[in-house]
Amino acid sequence: MKKICPSAIEAEVVETVTLTQLSRSCAVPADRILDLVEHGILEPAEGAPRSGADWRFHAVSLTRATAALRLSRDLGVNLRGVALILDLLDDRDRLARRLHRYEAGMRR
Amino acid sequence: MDYKDYYKILGVARDASQDDIKRAHRKLTRKYHPDINKEPEAEARFKDVGEAYEVLKDPEKRAAYDQLGQNWQQGEQFRAPPEWDRDFSFSGGGFSDADSSVFSDFFESLFGRGARAGGGAARRTGADWARQGAGAGPFRSTGQDQQARVTIDLEDAIQGASRTLTLGMQEVDRAGRVRTRDRTIAVRIPKGVTEGQLIRLKGQGQPGLGGGPAGDLYLEVAFAPHPHFRVEGRDIYLDLPVTPWEAALGGKVKMPTPGGTVDITIPANARSGQKLRLKGRGIPGPGGGKAGHLIVVLTIVNPPVKTEEARALYRRMAQELAFDPRAKLMRDMAGKVKG
Repeated sequence: MKKICPSAIEAEVVETVTLTQLSRSCAVPADRILDLVEHGILEPAEGAPRSGADWRFHAVSLTRATAALRLSRDLGVNLRGVALILDLLDDRDRLARRLHRYEAGMRR
Repeated sequence: MDYKDYYKILGVARDASQDDIKRAHRKLTRKYHPDINKEPEAEARFKDVGEAYEVLKDPEKRAAYDQLGQNWQQGEQFRAPPEWDRDFSFSGGGFSDADSSVFSDFFESLFGRGARAGGGAARRTGADWARQGAGAGPFRSTGQDQQARVTIDLEDAIQGASRTLTLGMQEVDRAGRVRTRDRTIAVRIPKGVTEGQLIRLKGQGQPGLGGGPAGDLYLEVAFAPHPHFRVEGRDIYLDLPVTPWEAALGGKVKMPTPGGTVDITIPANARSGQKLRLKGRGIPGPGGGKAGHLIVVLTIVNPPVKTEEARALYRRMAQELAFDPRAKLMRDMAGKVKG
């Protein structure tokens, strides 16, 4: 696995995505993405144009938007609820990481 | 193929009411949703729960499923009896609003035969595009983008690495049904990726239709937990154990880094918890950009005292070093605590 395989496909790091890319990748109309912005689920990237198809978002917005739309669809939750779920999940993951670090320190 | 016990999957009795089934489904959907539950088996459980509900919520399908009998065990080898569904109206395709492409072969063999009626998948699948394309003249569309997670080792992020991934790809067969096929692809992970970053493989998503270009594949990078290093952004943290005399006197010690062993100079009178920074020894920056740091957290470890000589050394320290680690504590608390 460590060996660099010559036939492997090159991957590029994505820093930001546009509104159009988000809408295409999530297979939803751009309005639906704007709803996510409206609810604070997605935040436009700093210093980027804040309107039109060139609206840029940090790359993690892609996974966040996908998760938000899936949660909304699968659990029948509105976007205010989805925003709350995602915030709580962020908190949970942050605390889990801290706990993990703390427990690793205790074992030493 | 394996028999699936839909009642067991939902954790309800075979005579459960439709309300009980609905409640169990809601509860388990919350519990195993892959965006909420990060356990490795959650996604499979979530799919099973969705599939079980798809059958049991519909009295017609539930009755047909019940007719298979109670003697089957979860996971037992199964083949649908011939014409087992002839008395039921869903014969020849009975999907509702769920995304049928994720259902098991067991489900397919019972409810998925023939052309599907009402395949209104929540997501726009290749089949929807194909149907739209039929009769609308030449039709081209870009394939759907795909997302997946890739777990790599910290060392891979520092050096770059190739990874082989297995992804479920949706395909449309001749009957217009969407099938999921496993596809293996080798990916070169660029040097300098960090946790949570997104990488794109152009044209490696779902195939396009009518000669349209394929979608892109996005991979979210996660790091496998490392027993000694922890990562924050591009910085790497390491707890480095040192002896009391190394901490007191200072000097060079050897320590491991993801890139190999290096010498590090401990300053004299180092404290436990003191941080030392090795500039640029963290995760490299993208395209040769600014690298993170390796941050060493000193942990003073006392040697176990087992021999008389060792005890004598400690007694000498006790006599000769006038040191009271509780002096400040006692001063601060004086007057506040009686006695």
